[in-house]
Amino acid sequence: MSQCCHSVHARGTGGALPLPPDFIALAGNPNAGKSLLFQRLTGAYAEVSNYPGTTLEITWGRWGSETLVDTPGVYGLSSFNPEEQVARDILLGARRVINVVNATHLERDLFLTQQLIDAGLAIVVALNMMDEAEALGLRIDVEGLSRELGVPVVPIVARTGRGVDRLAEAVSRAAPGRPTPAVIRRLGDLPPAIPRPEALLILEGDPEVAGRWGEEPRPFRDELYRARRERVEGICARVVSLPAQETWGDRLSRLLIRPFPGLPILAGLLWLTYKAVGEGVAGSLVGLLEEGLMQRYYEPLVRDLVGRLVGEESPLFRVLAGEFGVLTMTVTYVVGVILPLVAAFYLVLSILEDTGYLPRIATLLDRVMGAIGLNGKAIIPLILGLGCVTMAVITTRMLSSERERRLATYLLALAVPCSAQLGVVTLLLARAGVGSTLLYALVVLTVFVSAGLLLDALLPGEAPPLFLDLPPLRLPEPRNVLLKTWVRTRHFLTEATPLFALGALVLGVLEVTGILTAVQGWLAPLTEGWLGLPREAATAFVMGFVRRDFGAVGMSTMPLTPAQTVTALATITLFVPCIASTLVLLKERGRAEGALIWLAAVATAFLVGGLVHHSVRLGGAILGAAGAPWVTVLGCAAAVAGAAALSQAVRHRRLGAMERAPEEAAD
Amino acid sequence: MTLAEARTGEKVRIERIADPEFRLLALRMGIGEGEEVALEEVIPGGPILVRRQRQRVAVGRSLARRIRVHLVR
Ligand SMILES: Nc1nc2c(ncn2[C@@H]2O[C@H](COP(=O)(O)OP(=O)(O)O)[C@@H](O)[C@H]2O)c(=O)[nH]1
Ligand SMILES: [Mg+2]
Repeated sequence: MSQCCHSVHARGTGGALPLPPDFIALAGNPNAGKSLLFQRLTGAYAEVSNYPGTTLEITWGRWGSETLVDTPGVYGLSSFNPEEQVARDILLGARRVINVVNATHLERDLFLTQQLIDAGLAIVVALNMMDEAEALGLRIDVEGLSRELGVPVVPIVARTGRGVDRLAEAVSRAAPGRPTPAVIRRLGDLPPAIPRPEALLILEGDPEVAGRWGEEPRPFRDELYRARRERVEGICARVVSLPAQETWGDRLSRLLIRPFPGLPILAGLLWLTYKAVGEGVAGSLVGLLEEGLMQRYYEPLVRDLVGRLVGEESPLFRVLAGEFGVLTMTVTYVVGVILPLVAAFYLVLSILEDTGYLPRIATLLDRVMGAIGLNGKAIIPLILGLGCVTMAVITTRMLSSERERRLATYLLALAVPCSAQLGVVTLLLARAGVGSTLLYALVVLTVFVSAGLLLDALLPGEAPPLFLDLPPLRLPEPRNVLLKTWVRTRHFLTEATPLFALGALVLGVLEVTGILTAVQGWLAPLTEGWLGLPREAATAFVMGFVRRDFGAVGMSTMPLTPAQTVTALATITLFVPCIASTLVLLKERGRAEGALIWLAAVATAFLVGGLVHHSVRLGGAILGAAGAPWVTVLGCAAAVAGAAALSQAVRHRRLGAMERAPEEAAD
Repeated sequence: MTLAEARTGEKVRIERIADPEFRLLALRMGIGEGEEVALEEVIPGGPILVRRQRQRVAVGRSLARRIRVHLVR
């Protein structure tokens, strides 16, 4: 399955990809079914999901003797965002294009089709989701559509594979179709040496492509878009007949985006996830694997073997099989703890994605997200951050402005725990009790919201408005979901395991050489004094530099009171992101800014951890044991209120400035 | 009136989208100037969900304030 499939991060131009000169590209709107079709044709896996922006990594594979490339979903061939630039550049280089079109959305999808035709590309239309179209009672005159467009049109169902053989056969008949007349008229405006696809983009004002040909971008975008839209509407009117009919998905969709019952449903789902992952998987499965299997059978076996080979007293034994043994702790942790937790989280995330629920959450929370300078769409990378922060930082590219990408990246690095970490944290909190869990959640959420409010106030600009396509709600497809869970879990483990091993090695060496004890001594004022934790907690922070979840594991081996657990976990949650995320952070945001974010995370972590410890102590002194958390709760409320007031003040000043320079009104 | 003032269940024709970028994005999605859309859900203080046939787009409030519409029914 994997030998045929390569994947790279397509940054900048798609032309940089090492593709053969005559590849075939899949093109289509987001959620048209490109990835699923790609999988059918090549037998390779490409991520299949339901929110705009999944296919940020370009995937390609062998399809018989051809090379097939999956492109990011776009609504048109231009450069409104990085995805569109990548798709544009790949399509400009393709020999033939399979345009995947959602049969239930022709009015929208045919705009891209017509634009591909106007660009003079040789295309064949894969009319996908015919099963849904039939279920809705839509009737499409396929031959008529093919005649109108002037290219082959093949109805298919990518989910079942229906029609895919006929599509394969039709690809050889891919042809340039019938362009919009207005385009032909304008093409005379440019030197004939410029290839047709590039010429179209220059006419439509694409500055980058114009620059490549030493031309000025032309001002005809509005005119050509309008003409194309008109032509598409005409075609749809002639070939599609649709009954208006509401499905269960439509009705449920409306409930999900209303504050009521949308918010309670969201809260309920979060609670269910916590129950299933935290108590089900973390509580029982992890216990079974970690203690039952790994610590009872595996570790003694390894210790015995290593002991015989190098002698039980040697430093090498302690590095390989001691407390932080590379062969004992790493393996126990990866197999016994991380594997079940990460797989469980990815399963939940994959289900959420495949149903189309994520864009609904984005709509539901748009108003709230506005308070921290983001629009609802930014919730998508933040939720994905709960799977893997590294991946989520890359996904921030789907956000439309630099300001939003920056804000979301800060928040991801600071206050969004990844699945492994969240799993370990959930495990420890489940032991400490519901009160501790709520307090921990409150503290982390407070930091998230306050940081968001402050950053929003500090960074110039406004949240760009939401403009989000809502795909239909669907029942998740079990095969997709399992496949995706598996691929992501595997990816996570292959990325994380060497880091764990490295961390264990470093710790083992530090321990054997006595440096660890010394470090614990140096850090005692911080750990014991400021955070009120045992001085061994320093070990966990050293581990936390490698991976935050690793740090959380470090905490799990210490006897902590519930209050200490909250302090320790809040600190380690806010602590620096893992090495892999740090690298992506530096790459996406540049060295200086990345380093700044990183340092800010360390400072915030210790600051907040200490505040939690001291406020709980103060609470205990004033209100007694039962009332201990209330001072912390009050502190959280005060922090959010303060941050909100500050951001409000800044916003007022900005509004004042705007009134002086009047806003562009509706008319 | 603007899109932000319309109510759930109403049908409006989009007259003018002042913002040039969103004007083109809307045109591509088939909900550009001149199209009739149904207001499927107006979230209080939040986005407005417009629908045309099976196409649904959530339009943020600040953008909706800059979209002029005409009540159809
Ligand atoms: N019912 C049905 N669902 C489909 C079909 N093709 C794709 N899907 C679903 O549509 C969603 C989007 O598909 P995907 O391949 O990720 O689209 P992409 O964004 O174009 O790559 C997924 O939930 C698929 O399971 C189809 O022919 N019929
Ligand atoms: Mg895809």
